[in-house]
Amino acid sequence: MQTNTVAPLSTSRRFVLTRLHSLAGLIPLGLFLIQHLMGNALAILGSEKYDEHIQFMLNLPFLLLLEIGFIAIPLLFHAICGIYLSFISKPNAHVYKYRRNISFLLQRVTGVITFIFVIYHVWSLRISPVISGNEVNHQVVGEHLANPFMMIFYMAGVLSTTYHFTNGISTALITWGLTIGPSSQKAVRNLCFGLFIILTVLGLGSLISFVS
Amino acid sequence: MGAAVDIKLKIKRKDSSDSPFYWEEFNVPFRKNMNVISALMEIQKNPVNAKGENVRSVAWEYNCLEEVCGACSMRINGKVRQACSTLVDRLEQPIQLEPMETFPVEKDLVVNRDRMFSALKKIKGWIPIDGTYALGAGPLISSDVQQEAYKYSTCMTCGCCLDACPNVNSGSPFIGPQALGQTKYFNMHPTGAQQKNDRLSVMIGEEGLANCGNSQNCVQVCPKEIPLTTAIAELNKDANKFALWGWLKR
Repeated sequence: MQTNTVAPLSTSRRFVLTRLHSLAGLIPLGLFLIQHLMGNALAILGSEKYDEHIQFMLNLPFLLLLEIGFIAIPLLFHAICGIYLSFISKPNAHVYKYRRNISFLLQRVTGVITFIFVIYHVWSLRISPVISGNEVNHQVVGEHLANPFMMIFYMAGVLSTTYHFTNGISTALITWGLTIGPSSQKAVRNLCFGLFIILTVLGLGSLISFVS
Repeated sequence: MGAAVDIKLKIKRKDSSDSPFYWEEFNVPFRKNMNVISALMEIQKNPVNAKGENVRSVAWEYNCLEEVCGACSMRINGKVRQACSTLVDRLEQPIQLEPMETFPVEKDLVVNRDRMFSALKKIKGWIPIDGTYALGAGPLISSDVQQEAYKYSTCMTCGCCLDACPNVNSGSPFIGPQALGQTKYFNMHPTGAQQKNDRLSVMIGEEGLANCGNSQNCVQVCPKEIPLTTAIAELNKDANKFALWGWLKR
């Protein structure tokens, strides 16, 4: 009889990695993204507030450890895992034009754009100033964004990051088995769209405030 | 009755499993209430292509003609659906027919759907009722649970959900939405639940839930309107718990 056999537990690496992928996107990266967008929004209130915030961040204890453990490692893991997952799927949103299926494609496209943007952004405003010993402040960021091409690149980067994050929240709730039925999934999707608008306005507003 | 109106069909054909694809066009006389199957039957009656050449008639599968057997799935104007329940006068012409290329194509529109049957074997898609002694009556099932289970019981293994899923392809090990729906179905049955952990082991395995990307095409294309994404989300909850508890107990 089959019923009494004990199933050997063998959680596949793939299962564990996709769950960690979801978790990494939500907890360290998602929380940091919100913190970062809020911090940058201080630029709207003026350069003093912004520079004060930068100094506060730079004076955090164990900053390097936080940056590596809370941001760099989860980010690289999330990106590599996500790029692998994107490339084994065959998006078909041109045939099946359903809202969720289009989001499925956009999630993969924005993931790649965000990764490229973040690498450039971290290099130019974090790693490179540390190497050269230059200070980062409101004026430096303002000069960085004065080039219209750079501004457009940053706007695209912010937009794809906020989309990827908010759409990711709605699918993560499915991955973690919280939103089960179509109605609750739809409600969360709408809430996440609201969050997308708020974070995008906040992000783009901060960018514009640097050059105005 | 005026002159017969022709309907144009454009069919992606293949002579055998290892020969190349080619497109062929056919014109068949229109009849009222004609479905895609009856259009294909017209080709069978008179296998002449649009150029007037005699050709091999088009091969496809069908049984019930009422959307319960699942045999006549094909891509009609790009989207996968049942040929029997697709009326030709609601389609744009030429009506483009293609096999479900997610599966190995045997001949013309005929595909090999074995992978779905082996998926059912993997997930133990049955209720164990045989023993070496009389096992007695099974537990009662409330009508709520029966109602919910009924939807999943209508799965006809047609393959539409696998064909529309962007994550079921040759580069991915994904077992596909059909097997996930059936896992939920057999797990929710009180007797079937005795093998719940065996099924969840497949769910947390290489071919399982990890491959779902939430495109949710499966639930959109399912001809039986089975709530596949609800099954997947519920299985996510069960499988996460199963994997985590299993690890903590080790």
